Amino acid sequence: MSMIPNLAPALGEIILAIGAMALLIAAVVLKNLTVSKLNKASAMLILIALLPVLLWQGGTEVTFGGSFIQDGFAVFMKTIVMLAAAAALLMSSQYLKLKGIKALEFPILMVLATLGMMMMISASTLLSLYMGLELQSLSLYVLAAINRNRDRSIEAGLKYFVLGAVSSGILLYGISLVYGFTGTIVFADLAGLLAANSSNIGLIIGMVFILAGLAFKISAVPFHMWTPDVYEGAPTPVTAFFAAAPKVAAMALMMRVTITTFPALVGDWQMILTFLAVASMVLGAFAALVQTNIKRLMAYSSIGHIGYALVGLAAGTAAGVEGVLIYMAIYATMTLGTFACILSMRDDEGMTEKIADLAGLSRTRPALALALAIFMFSLAGIPTMAGFFGKWFVFKAAVDAGLYTLAVIGVVTSVVAAYYYLRIVKLMYFDEPAPDFAPVTDLPKRYIIAITAALNSPLSLVFIGLLVSAAVYAAGSFFPS
Amino acid sequence: MMIGLLHYLVLAASLFTIGIFGIFLNRKNVIIMLMSIELMLLAVNINLVAFSNYMNDLVGQIFALFVLTVAAAEAAIGLAILVVYSRRRGSIEVEDINQMKG
Repeated sequence: MSMIPNLAPALGEIILAIGAMALLIAAVVLKNLTVSKLNKASAMLILIALLPVLLWQGGTEVTFGGSFIQDGFAVFMKTIVMLAAAAALLMSSQYLKLKGIKALEFPILMVLATLGMMMMISASTLLSLYMGLELQSLSLYVLAAINRNRDRSIEAGLKYFVLGAVSSGILLYGISLVYGFTGTIVFADLAGLLAANSSNIGLIIGMVFILAGLAFKISAVPFHMWTPDVYEGAPTPVTAFFAAAPKVAAMALMMRVTITTFPALVGDWQMILTFLAVASMVLGAFAALVQTNIKRLMAYSSIGHIGYALVGLAAGTAAGVEGVLIYMAIYATMTLGTFACILSMRDDEGMTEKIADLAGLSRTRPALALALAIFMFSLAGIPTMAGFFGKWFVFKAAVDAGLYTLAVIGVVTSVVAAYYYLRIVKLMYFDEPAPDFAPVTDLPKRYIIAITAALNSPLSLVFIGLLVSAAVYAAGSFFPS
Repeated sequence: MMIGLLHYLVLAASLFTIGIFGIFLNRKNVIIMLMSIELMLLAVNINLVAFSNYMNDLVGQIFALFVLTVAAAEAAIGLAILVVYSRRRGSIEVEDINQMKG
């Protein structure tokens, strides 16, 4: 064994880690550095670190003594996470300026959180899983509370911190049990041991604790209590980041843990995931009906979407994993686009988050209204929109795996959820106009809205084939043929 | 009486349960919550070290060191958020953390 581990699989992470340190020093040393400049630099850094990830040709490779794995699945998930992080950084500058947030640590924490997410996606031992998760969570706690002049932001940070720390504790307790009953923390060894002997009750309790901890991070019901408050309280660009990137990364972790580590316990975790999926879909559909704040609405919407993605994972088949991968990719574009629109909801008195203020938007800002309508249709899963394909693939996988009830509940809750998405469209197109919004002058936000709207519109028919083949390739690293 | 693995596991499980209850039953102030979180993490450490000693395997002890480090960072961030909170609101009562509901 050589002294220096193979660094090539982790090149993206290494660039990001060193880059984050360099940005930190720059933020201290350079006198005339502003947040928006640092935001741009950080987004650039993330895109540079994306290159070695995208150009990865080595198939599946394990390094750092078995604790870091780079495979097709990791490449797929990291690409989504990093693009989402870069987009969230680029669209936050104007908001930070308006709110007078001058904290230079904002972009640096975003970069560190992204690094944590990449570590989570590439984790292949329980220790690297924990370290990645904590690097991400600790950065996110601070980001939620970054607006120190606003009570709600600090309260969001405090709530997120307390509940997040509890979930980390639960996850860790599960890890300690799994370690104790098997004697190993390496995913591949665990899978091998379990294939030989999987009837240990201590081990199953450990796995349940781990899944509960992870369910918190993806905010699946009944571990969702923090989501609406944190989404509402945190600054909007941070919420956009929360809704897109960490969800995808935690979902990746959930998939790696269930599919590659505990395949022998499939009967046990399938039951848990089915319950999580049903509860999330139902709560996501019904609780959002009465919301008046659009960020809170998006929080319940994201809970529901996690439920749909879990339907695919509960199937536990290759088709199910492909479905989840497609779903998460589409979900990230829908959410980022919607939040870019929310960030553009600005009238004379500043930013607004009230759904009622969207009334008559089609007459005052037709382009913004059209984009938001596309996102709402896509979130609702109207056919030919991208969101429809995501749902179609996960439900099809569930039906093929014999989980008919789950698929039926999924379709029914989608119909209920469609009500509140379509209500926003109705409000924008058929109601009397509310006061004008200021025009969207911020270029990055305009591009992000335009690109994500195009990806979600019926144009998605062009891209969906490409996405499916990428997902099939990525899922292939879990199900070697 | 020999103190064996089971005793350590029962101790850790009790501490962990006390920690969980400390968070969900506590209606007084946030500092107690932070202490409860710390208690949960320490229960995990006892588990890890006990298993590690029982199996003659070092991984558990190394894991415990990592958990200690992260717990320190977590406490620092938690207290920092709490300080900012108490400065603005002048209270750290759990019942006062209620600006957002629903």
